[in-house]
Amino acid sequence: MSDIVIKAENIGKLYKLGEIGTGTISHDLNRWWARVRGKEDPFTKIGQANDRTVKGDNDWVWALQDINFEVKQGEVLGIIGRNGAGKSTLLKILSKVTTPSTGRIKVKGRIASLLEVGTGFHPELTGRENIFLNGAILGMTKAEIKSKFDEIVDFAGVERYIDTPVKRYSSGMYVRLAFAVAAFLEPEILIIDEVLAVGDIEFQNKCMGRMKDVSINDGRTVLFVSHNMAAISNLCNSLCLLDRGGIEYLGDVEEGVNRYMQYSKTKGVEIINRIAAQNSLLKHELFELISIRLLQDDQEGVEFVTNRDVKIKFLYRVEKTIIGLRIGFDIVELKSGITVFRSFHDDRKESKTHESGEFENTATLPANLLISGSYNLKIVIGIHNVGWITNDEISILIQTHNTTGINSQYADNRPGVILPAIDWVSKKNN
Amino acid sequence: MSVHTEEQNENWSEIIEPKTRLLDLRLRELWRYRDLVLMFVRRDFVANYKQTILGPIWFFLQPLLTTITYIFIFGRMAGLSTDGLPMLLFYLSGVTIWNYFAETLNKTATVFKDNAQMFGKVYFPRLTMPFSIVLSNLVRFAIQFLLFLIIWVWYLAKGHNLQPNFLIALTPVLVLLMGLQALGTGMIISALTTKYKDLIFLLTFGVQLLMFATPVIYPMSSIPEQYQWVIQANPMSAIVETFRYSYLGSGTFSWLQLGYSAGVTLVILILGTIIFNRVEKSFTDTV
Repeated sequence: MSDIVIKAENIGKLYKLGEIGTGTISHDLNRWWARVRGKEDPFTKIGQANDRTVKGDNDWVWALQDINFEVKQGEVLGIIGRNGAGKSTLLKILSKVTTPSTGRIKVKGRIASLLEVGTGFHPELTGRENIFLNGAILGMTKAEIKSKFDEIVDFAGVERYIDTPVKRYSSGMYVRLAFAVAAFLEPEILIIDEVLAVGDIEFQNKCMGRMKDVSINDGRTVLFVSHNMAAISNLCNSLCLLDRGGIEYLGDVEEGVNRYMQYSKTKGVEIINRIAAQNSLLKHELFELISIRLLQDDQEGVEFVTNRDVKIKFLYRVEKTIIGLRIGFDIVELKSGITVFRSFHDDRKESKTHESGEFENTATLPANLLISGSYNLKIVIGIHNVGWITNDEISILIQTHNTTGINSQYADNRPGVILPAIDWVSKKNN
Repeated sequence: MSVHTEEQNENWSEIIEPKTRLLDLRLRELWRYRDLVLMFVRRDFVANYKQTILGPIWFFLQPLLTTITYIFIFGRMAGLSTDGLPMLLFYLSGVTIWNYFAETLNKTATVFKDNAQMFGKVYFPRLTMPFSIVLSNLVRFAIQFLLFLIIWVWYLAKGHNLQPNFLIALTPVLVLLMGLQALGTGMIISALTTKYKDLIFLLTFGVQLLMFATPVIYPMSSIPEQYQWVIQANPMSAIVETFRYSYLGSGTFSWLQLGYSAGVTLVILILGTIIFNRVEKSFTDTV
């Protein structure tokens, strides 16, 4: 019992949607009056489970509900879930930025949280001054920071600029310095929210190394939120999968990651059905995306076999003549987050002016290209020299299965994010 | 009962709960973060005067320019009484004190609004912020007060009829009182503005109005007897009057008035701290 350092009991968080303004005074008075009489808060009853895709019939929503978990000393707990599953809310409560509406969390030891790097950095102050300020904000004393100062500067690699105001730093240097301060914090419990997605590859690896150091070698307790399944599998020794404000799964990392994937797959079909049900996906003053259909052998869906073509059909309407309209997509491998490639409809021919009217554009993903796994098909539409029309709004999760394709006769999983059909010429030299 | 003992045995260092007890001000935690308070003070200074040509000279210029404006408008044009004191000294004393109070109040009152971004990302005792505001304004006040002392000594040397007295010894008490008063009032307003921003619009106006309800640009003696109680009800009045009385020898002084001011300050401060503590826990959801 004694090695449990965090114990969350029945945590819930109620949020009010929409604007705070009209009506809130009367609501406030209502709640206050209920409290005075010792009654239950009248608004907690009508809160609904958190599902952002379904429009609720009232303004109160449970961002988190009935969250119970324990974290042991030295455990590295990964927290995953789709956007809006309640990860950030949980972190905010744990880091005391906001309070839970119900339940309580018992904690043993000092908590430091990194919901963002460089909180409180002041552009006019020098690197040196900011290290001290930021360190103090994160809970270190001046003496502690002093003893770590050289390590921090060294880790960030900014010796030359340490007495220059950080507003003159490149964004990379800024982020490196900010992460370095946080990396040398020494609390008993560390809470980290995807801050790893910063800097160049070299620095990211350095950060991962440091994180491993902190969690494995120093035996510190870490709570780590990420969308990067590779990082999660690499660092964590237990996992918490959140969905719609509740805990969907708690336990083994591999099992949890699998469930997350599985779960996304069934969601994918739901999403595409919903897309089809709406009459327009995206509306812009010049442009309207009517539908996207994914087809394999004339069958619509989001799950495909790897050894046959997949057709991606874009149906769109152009309101006024557009020069340089480009329709395209990214294929992003889900587990690693790697963008496998991007393709535009005019990649291999000259872009034509779109007169007003309705258009259909079909892309063919060749057979034997993607490996078996999960990919995000991100729609990218823009006007050359003008700007993007899409902004990450539309992405479709697709699954590929290698049933009869390359390597399917062997049991091993191939590494990599693609599995192209490569021509080999084999002959015997006599 | 067994649950109770079990929890005691487990030695939790902290329990995060929806509500806190009314008087749990966690001052010990504030003490642990004392380095942060000083760091904020330093930041305020460095950030304010970097890339200015005159730098810290602005500390002197600010009250001087205000005083000169007041001399022209209230002294020469409106012809308000200064109790026979040199205008420069009279207005400068008022301006120096009032600046400290008003600056501290304004900054404290908008502390949640100004720091929403940072407060939303990391936890530290929020009280560090208002405290750092009081301190950094105190340093500014000390410098501006030095300016006042220099001019004061110069007038004394020139043989003006000023009558400084032993009450000068009260100066630290006066400074403390107005600092805490500004802090308390500011915290109350800051807590109220997180949800209903209307008060922010009233703030600047209110502080301006309060100045006219304080004997800054006029002496208490110029107010008709039957209205003096209105001005005296303002806890800042006794501070300004005592200050002028001790250094310049004119004006009024009464222990009763000062005691009243101290009493009100204490009430405001306690009220402010309690309200502030209640709001800091949940303000990120509403601000």
